Amino acid sequence: MNSTFINTFNKYNWEETLASINSKTSLDVERALATDKRNLEDFKALISPAAKPFLEQMAQKSRMLTKKRFGNTIQMYVPMYLSNECQNICTYCGFSLTNKIPRRTLTDAEILKEVTFLKNKGYDHILLVTGEANKTVGVNYINNAIQLIKSQFSNITIEVQPLDREEYEVLIESGLYAVLVYQETYHKEEYKKHHPKGKKSNFEYRLETPDRLGKAGIHKIGLGALFGLEDWRVDSFFTALHLRYLQKTYWKTKYSISFPRLRPHSGGLEPKVEMTDADLVQTICAFRLLDEDVELSMSTRESEVFRNNIVNLGITSISAESKTNPGGYAVEPQSLEQFEISDERSTEEVVSMLKKEGLEVVWKDWEHFS
Amino acid sequence: MNTSLKIADKTFTSRLFTGTGKFSSSQLMKEALLASESELITVALKRVDVHNEEDDILTHLNHSRINLLPNTSGVRTAKEAVFAAELSREALETNWVKLEIHPDPRYLLPDPIETLKAAEELVKLGFVVMPYIHADPVLCKRLEEVGTQCVMPLGAPIGSNKGLKTVEFLEMIIEQSNVPVIVDAGIGAPSHAAQAMEIGADAVLVNTAIAVSQNPVAMAKAFKKAVEAGRMGYDAKLPPVKNKAEASSPLTSFLN
Repeated sequence: MNSTFINTFNKYNWEETLASINSKTSLDVERALATDKRNLEDFKALISPAAKPFLEQMAQKSRMLTKKRFGNTIQMYVPMYLSNECQNICTYCGFSLTNKIPRRTLTDAEILKEVTFLKNKGYDHILLVTGEANKTVGVNYINNAIQLIKSQFSNITIEVQPLDREEYEVLIESGLYAVLVYQETYHKEEYKKHHPKGKKSNFEYRLETPDRLGKAGIHKIGLGALFGLEDWRVDSFFTALHLRYLQKTYWKTKYSISFPRLRPHSGGLEPKVEMTDADLVQTICAFRLLDEDVELSMSTRESEVFRNNIVNLGITSISAESKTNPGGYAVEPQSLEQFEISDERSTEEVVSMLKKEGLEVVWKDWEHFS
Repeated sequence: MNTSLKIADKTFTSRLFTGTGKFSSSQLMKEALLASESELITVALKRVDVHNEEDDILTHLNHSRINLLPNTSGVRTAKEAVFAAELSREALETNWVKLEIHPDPRYLLPDPIETLKAAEELVKLGFVVMPYIHADPVLCKRLEEVGTQCVMPLGAPIGSNKGLKTVEFLEMIIEQSNVPVIVDAGIGAPSHAAQAMEIGADAVLVNTAIAVSQNPVAMAKAFKKAVEAGRMGYDAKLPPVKNKAEASSPLTSFLN
């Protein structure tokens, strides 16, 4: 149990992987579509340029598999930003250390004020988000936040700085259900460029975070890459490789994949390799075809039109009405956000869209039986 | 027209048990479940708010014919299962529990060791225990010995719609069991349900195949008929399967 994903990861080479994906032919894609159990070579074919003419077929299959496993349902969740203090420099992030923005970390009273707002909207699964400021927003702060809100939410997920195994164990004991930790990019050199300073600059520590979570016995781990930092096909492949490794090693844990992407001309960092809408659909469908059971999640970063269509193609959980600034719901709605959200509809509007699509909205799907 | 089924203190006219997951709305769920004429309907405790009288799923199941069967889906250990069962007994006022312990979130296959442990304890605590398990004949006998009121072996993984992949073992379980055998999971078509009933299963539990079909109400009716037909076939004693054609008028009848 002492080996980690690094041992697997080191057997692969970025350029060779890219070449292998680009060498896939339409025959490989057809074979991948025809089989029932797909492996990582099939996955490569499905994300390859050769699969583009098969996108409709992929979407049909993805929809069918998703319905079979998850039924006609969509899980709702909502993010709550607790703090924008951060000691890291990340080239793409609004909370980056060198950005001159007002910093805020919510107090207990402020957290509860935000919670009241979100409970009134109907949310029961919550995602707590912070930057990385270990002195003020360390494990004790996060633990306190979980204790403070756990009577009001059936399901608590965090997206915070990577922690040690023992720290995760404390949080799980307090009622933590899941942790989202995105590698941003699996390209080591490019990762260093985008994370020049702070604890986050340690590529390996971040890469081994899901291993620490698995060993701590977490219920669910969310994986992902920030598509656009590097070639999205190769980053998708490494995410899939990571997923497969974790599923075999920590077999009691559930997994989810998210699909954040950099958009060109959005005012933020320009993508090095653009991921178009069609590319994103291809990637989502490829993950569903690789795995019937993995949860696929979509945030409000994507547009209204895109989200209306993607909920029937493989996505199983979505957020709505998200604010990406601490206190953004009720405490201080005007403060600066981490990133611009695209789908600004209210929760009610998103729920009615889902109903119109023939999907039951699931608010609660967890309970702590201990 | 079909013989009835007794589990613990309850008698069931319908041998089709159903579930509440995966429907596109609670209203459609209710219509389909009523069309199925099912009298025992399982609901995941993790999906409902047992302390909320206005819970959407629970209010839609409020009907005189429907008996609720809370299930422990989501638990990973015997300890968690016992906790969940006690919570449901208190909140939903039923001592019936469908014991599901599947620590593997991919195929949702049941953990036999934790299931046996939990079953033993729950029986002692006065529960009517309906354990979801692999089609393992020895485990079924062990569960019967600790006092479960039935066994629920799988035909194939939950939601797979693959039918009775475990049929050889289901036949052994049915042959040996002193408690009702309910085939749970994997039944994807009315013909699969009929097959389970024809080999002598006492009931089947179907959810995904109804909820995810294009027309859940019609599919619920189809399953109802298939279960009834399969049971009638079983009761009427199916003729033996033969490898060669055999004349309907025997050649030696002249000797009589």
